[in-house]
Amino acid sequence: MKRWTLIAVATGVVACAAVLGVSSAGLAAPSGTKSKKAVTLVWWHNANQGAGKALWDQVAKEFHAAHPDVTVKPVPFQNEVLQNTRIPIALASNKPPDVFQNWGGGSLVDQVKANKVQDLTKYVKPWIKTIGGSAAGWQVNGKQYAIPYSVGVVGFWYNKELFAKAGITSTPKTWPQLIAAINKLKAADITPIAVGGKDRWPDAFYWDYLATKLCSKTTMQQSAVTYNFKDPCWLKAGVYVQQLLNLKPFQDGFLATPAQQGATSSAGLVANGKAAMELQGHWNPGVMQPLTPDNKIPGFLGWFPFPNVPGSKALPGSLLGGGDGFSCSWKAPMPACAQFLAYVDSPSVQRRIGSTSFGLPVRKGTESSVTDPNLKAVLAARSGSPFIQLYLDIAFSRAIGQALDNATADQFAGKATPAQVVAKIAAAAKKK
Amino acid sequence: MTAGRSKGWPAVRRQGRKWLQIAAYIAPAVVLYAVFIIVPVVQAIHYSFYSWNGLEPLTDFVGLGNYREAFGDPAFRQAMQHNGILVALSLGLQLPLALGVALLVNRPMRGRSLFRLIFFVPYVLSEAITAIVFLQILQPDGLVDQTLKSVGLGGIVQLWLADLGLVFYTLFVVITWKYIGFAIILFLAGLQGIPQELNEAAAIDGATSWTTLRYITVPLLGPTIRIWAFLAIIGSIQLFDLVWIMTLGGPAGASSTMATYMVDQGVNSLRLGYATSVAVILFSICFVFSILYQIFVLRRDVAGGTSRMAG
Repeated sequence: MKRWTLIAVATGVVACAAVLGVSSAGLAAPSGTKSKKAVTLVWWHNANQGAGKALWDQVAKEFHAAHPDVTVKPVPFQNEVLQNTRIPIALASNKPPDVFQNWGGGSLVDQVKANKVQDLTKYVKPWIKTIGGSAAGWQVNGKQYAIPYSVGVVGFWYNKELFAKAGITSTPKTWPQLIAAINKLKAADITPIAVGGKDRWPDAFYWDYLATKLCSKTTMQQSAVTYNFKDPCWLKAGVYVQQLLNLKPFQDGFLATPAQQGATSSAGLVANGKAAMELQGHWNPGVMQPLTPDNKIPGFLGWFPFPNVPGSKALPGSLLGGGDGFSCSWKAPMPACAQFLAYVDSPSVQRRIGSTSFGLPVRKGTESSVTDPNLKAVLAARSGSPFIQLYLDIAFSRAIGQALDNATADQFAGKATPAQVVAKIAAAAKKK
Repeated sequence: MTAGRSKGWPAVRRQGRKWLQIAAYIAPAVVLYAVFIIVPVVQAIHYSFYSWNGLEPLTDFVGLGNYREAFGDPAFRQAMQHNGILVALSLGLQLPLALGVALLVNRPMRGRSLFRLIFFVPYVLSEAITAIVFLQILQPDGLVDQTLKSVGLGGIVQLWLADLGLVFYTLFVVITWKYIGFAIILFLAGLQGIPQELNEAAAIDGATSWTTLRYITVPLLGPTIRIWAFLAIIGSIQLFDLVWIMTLGGPAGASSTMATYMVDQGVNSLRLGYATSVAVILFSICFVFSILYQIFVLRRDVAGGTSRMAG
């Protein structure tokens, strides 16, 4: 009996010890650092390839060189994995990264409510003005909880050659001109628009944009706070979307087309001359590049902003956009983390973001670093816009934003009317 | 009395020792099972009573609200219906097909092992690879469309993945392509177990091959078929990877399953409490089905085996 008891106890102890060992190893790591001042910033970002990854690796090294007591560890992730899975899970855990990608909007509001991010206001006060209005999308109740490093706007990426072939001499400035252009392209037997309907969010761009072009600035700004969609402009957005859908401007089987993967994605169709235009974000040239046979951004590619709707309450030139930023989690050491974010927005780093076409810099005075003609056009539109609405699926709380994407995708599939789209979004807002 | 006691104690002690011994041996398994299966299941049931976005503490208790919402949501009912159709199609179409092929390649013929290999290869591929390969093949004007056109069947070309009425059946064909090999291999193994004497006796009695199939082969293949059906039904209820990669459950939910609906609600919308209630529903369906199937269908196959230790 003694022997068995011993074995049983030993087994129990071993098992418990294993658990203890794991947890103590986890606990020991942070406290076992050499000096009190030395800290490490674990940095989760979405630049998992190309110029962006190289730049962030370099930035981490430079910051450590300037602040020897701070080590920055960049950890790249694929964008959707980072946004949908890694960050929410890490923030719910006891070991979040110190610095992490933040897209602002409703998700940031939720993170602030749950005390998962630190208020940066006092740290960034001396310099935040240098990035102008871009900072607003990353504020909650007037406080700065994340800092953007690149902000772009959505617009039509188009094929200049196909436009010329269809006899379109100037890019559409108004909604009726866009309709006319679509009809001309159809008459010339060219697929007017490619859309990545499988992914749903590209469908939502149309609804978002038409709302931005139809609703007043006040209505738009209140929508993400009150989730009240009673203003008739919301219904009208869906009516305009329906008008577009009735023209059948999209490629065959657009409901199953992905936005970004492969030559038959919507970006691939435009890049390979199979469709004349695509409504997409500023990242689109980078998406197209690997999808062409020669791995080059096609020379025929041009950009124009979403046309205005005449006679609406919106300010002409209002745009839909968004960007990338970083925030400091509740666990991040201060002021090191805030200093690091300041470095990301320093002129030196911002200029390199522009010159490598990795993004569109936000710091005033660094715009000239952008040399790509299309990105210059995007930047010019951004600078000249009186109002930039954050993508609605990002601006809204996650569940409501997803309901918006799903509802517009239903409309694209012929399964929802404009009124039902508004009703579905409003219903999702009530569930909170 | 004293003698009796002194005799009894060692017996009790031996008993105690035996149980300790058993406890020591099964403890690791029990601990693992509890930590990785039981505790998460109980936790999931707990979460499913809350409205929770994963960030804030669990405070918004909604009782059965999540379950009411799930059963009231047309999108979830549509997903459940899809799983049901999948179960029916698997049993109704894959079973006869796999059985037919198994009987064919069970005959002595040239290249038999080659055929077996060919039928089994798709099963070895992962679902993700299968999904990506078929995505390419089924593109508009892709391999399938081109092939049909080149043999003069251009008229039946469809938007295989974009047609709301068709996409789910397109996926069923891909699923069948992938999993039919597994059924065939199982049935072949079952056929090997049927004694040749029975077939010979039947032949001597003048039975036609159809009669032999009906009264000898199929009944004796029963246990194999029942096991396969069990796996096919569970697989149909839990289907996720292939659908997620090929269609994300779309367009407009036309190819959704309970699992894609759950991920949509949980991962994409961060409605973790609600998505967990969907997970619990999915779990309950699988669990109840498994138990009932064990009791009513599989029992006779395992009688005298694991289910009745006393025999």
